[in-house]
Amino acid sequence: MTRQFLLDGQPVPFEDGQSILEAARQAGHYIPSLCWHKDFPAHGSCKLCIVKAAGRHVSACATPAREGWEVESNTPEMNGERRGLLQMLFVEGNHFCPSCEKSGNCELQALGYEYEMLSPRFRHFYPERPVDASHPDVLLDFNRCIFCELCVRASRDVDGKAVFALTGRGIDKHLVVNAESGRLADTDFSKDDLAAHICPVGVILHKGPGFAVPIGERDYDRESIRQKKLRDEEASS
Amino acid sequence: MSFELETAANRETLRRVAIDPVSRVEGHGKVTLLLDEAGHVKEARLHIVEFRGFEKFIQGRPYWEVPVMVQRLCGICPVSHHLAAAKALDPVVGALRITPTAEKIRRLMHYGQILQSHALHFFHLSSPDLLFGFESPVQQRNIVGVAATHPEVARQGVLLRKFGQEVIRITAGKRVHGTGAVPGGVNKSLTAAERDELLADADQMIAWSRNAVHLARRLHESERALYDEFGLFRSHLFSLVRADGAMDLYDGHLRLRDARGHIVRDAIPCADYEQHIVEEVKPWSYMKFPFMQDLGPEKGWYKVGPLARVQNCDFIPSPLAEIERQAFIAHGEGEPVHAPLAYHWARMIEMLHAAEVIRSLLDDPDLLSDQRMSEGTRGREGVGIIEAPRGTLIHHYRVGEDDLVSYCNLIVSTTHNNQAMNEAVRQVARRYLDGRQLTEGLLNHIEVAIRAFDPCLSCATHALGKMPLAVELLAADGSLADRAVTGS
Ligand code: SF4
Ligand code: FES
Repeated sequence: MTRQFLLDGQPVPFEDGQSILEAARQAGHYIPSLCWHKDFPAHGSCKLCIVKAAGRHVSACATPAREGWEVESNTPEMNGERRGLLQMLFVEGNHFCPSCEKSGNCELQALGYEYEMLSPRFRHFYPERPVDASHPDVLLDFNRCIFCELCVRASRDVDGKAVFALTGRGIDKHLVVNAESGRLADTDFSKDDLAAHICPVGVILHKGPGFAVPIGERDYDRESIRQKKLRDEEASS
Repeated sequence: MSFELETAANRETLRRVAIDPVSRVEGHGKVTLLLDEAGHVKEARLHIVEFRGFEKFIQGRPYWEVPVMVQRLCGICPVSHHLAAAKALDPVVGALRITPTAEKIRRLMHYGQILQSHALHFFHLSSPDLLFGFESPVQQRNIVGVAATHPEVARQGVLLRKFGQEVIRITAGKRVHGTGAVPGGVNKSLTAAERDELLADADQMIAWSRNAVHLARRLHESERALYDEFGLFRSHLFSLVRADGAMDLYDGHLRLRDARGHIVRDAIPCADYEQHIVEEVKPWSYMKFPFMQDLGPEKGWYKVGPLARVQNCDFIPSPLAEIERQAFIAHGEGEPVHAPLAYHWARMIEMLHAAEVIRSLLDDPDLLSDQRMSEGTRGREGVGIIEAPRGTLIHHYRVGEDDLVSYCNLIVSTTHNNQAMNEAVRQVARRYLDGRQLTEGLLNHIEVAIRAFDPCLSCATHALGKMPLAVELLAADGSLADRAVTGS
């Protein structure tokens, strides 16, 4: 007998050990995410996947589904929480969408649109984060890092290189490159690494293409992040 | 002569009047006047605080981001910065020649910008002064007032501007802050449908632009004494021209004429601009004063923009605008026209030219081709010069081994006109304000003179006829003698 829980009143079947988020996506329901990736264990840092399960706020990516649970996700309350989290992410880094080459392909920006984030709400931190352009093929613009650690995990667990790491705590947290010099050029990083293709925002950028694809013809210009994620899920199953 | 009234003797004893527009992102401009006890003007200065920090800000950014980023420099002519930056960075990706498709699409975008900017300036910002008079009631001095008394003029003005914006949208991808031009070419061609959409209205735009030239000319000729004399000063004329001397607003080489109309420098390659133009810093203004190095600061300053361009070229390569240019030249009776108010007439001739260029480009099949990009051996430096609506615009970059911009120098149109605008302000102050009780209408004379140059700040402060100014008259001891608020 398949087990199921209710997501916003709709039955969602799940298998043992599946998280609320995975089960929901598989069943064609969208719960937003930023730090979650289907090929990696849940990270639980961005909290965009926040839902109310059995009356408690939990991260849907890190919480196993349970038989009979009532889960609220697409509600004004949960979406309001998400908007607040997005607003915090936007002021923590230097996100200058109008001249960012990732604009239109950026998950953070797409979520801003999806959750109708119309103002920054909080005061900008304007952290100092110089770019690392030392590598011939890839540029690192740390200004936009949201600390999801996808690159850290991809480089360590898949590429076998451990090029990236997070260091510092709280407000001083930042991404570093594992090299004596701290420069990407002094690592064995390659543009073909998984880590070079996994950043959901505009930190790890391939040099050159820039604005070759016009704004207006990019991923999230064509469809919302909700539509795209559900379509990707369908394609991969 | 030219620096008379720049700095008064015994400044402390004089009464100070400031015309201080509200500060906006594009820059903050103000005029200060020093008057003696009898109300005689002893000093007149236009100060503009430009947002020069941009040059620093660009350093350390990847070069491919620059054409998009620099559009934030200026809220009113982003396309000019976009194209000048892309042109400057073409050599960095080794595109010493861009493809015909890329060049024509960029040209189309640029002439669309010229059309929309000139229409905005003439109809929205200046026609109220010109149609109603400089001392007409403030309430009437705006586009709404124009629409009430000259509905057809206002309508054509609005639609001309809209057409220019459509050209920009279709070529740049967006009406504001598009991404069309990239180092090495463009990222988007036109579809047949987009071309046809523009073609449908293109001939109408030529006809309306022609009306506008005739209106500007009629205004000028109907009050010749005023238009020819108001704020008059003589100077060199500076702009790009095409290799054969034709008007070209997108590309060419640099030419300088003297005040009597003789060509004194010609065929200066854009890349050599630095050897010719130097910028002087004056302690009282944040905006630099460029001049031709070998002529020196006293003699080597010049004016840029429509009035310079229409007279600096040998001919305009489109038939209707060329007829109008000849009429304009004839007006000077053998001498160059230097009158600031003639900028309006010249500007409308350029708008007509832009409409004609757009029309003829639209017949070109290259617009639809997908040969958009070229590349070659990477370079490390580039200069891009373009004739923006307001005049010569220079972008210069150096890019390091790591693809980050290591040097950036920008000389924007309004800066080139710095000395010229100051000169016009002084002439007007001397002629109209000297010894008189200052009124809003009189102070508007100064703004009319500044506005003729269409400096960046006029748009920000004069949108829809509102130019909120606080004018304060301070007595010699610094106490507030009088205060007037205009246009709010
Ligand atoms: S660089 Fe990108 S992938 Fe890596 S932690 Fe920052 S946001 Fe995540
Ligand atoms: S997706 Fe669940 S915490 Fe980031």
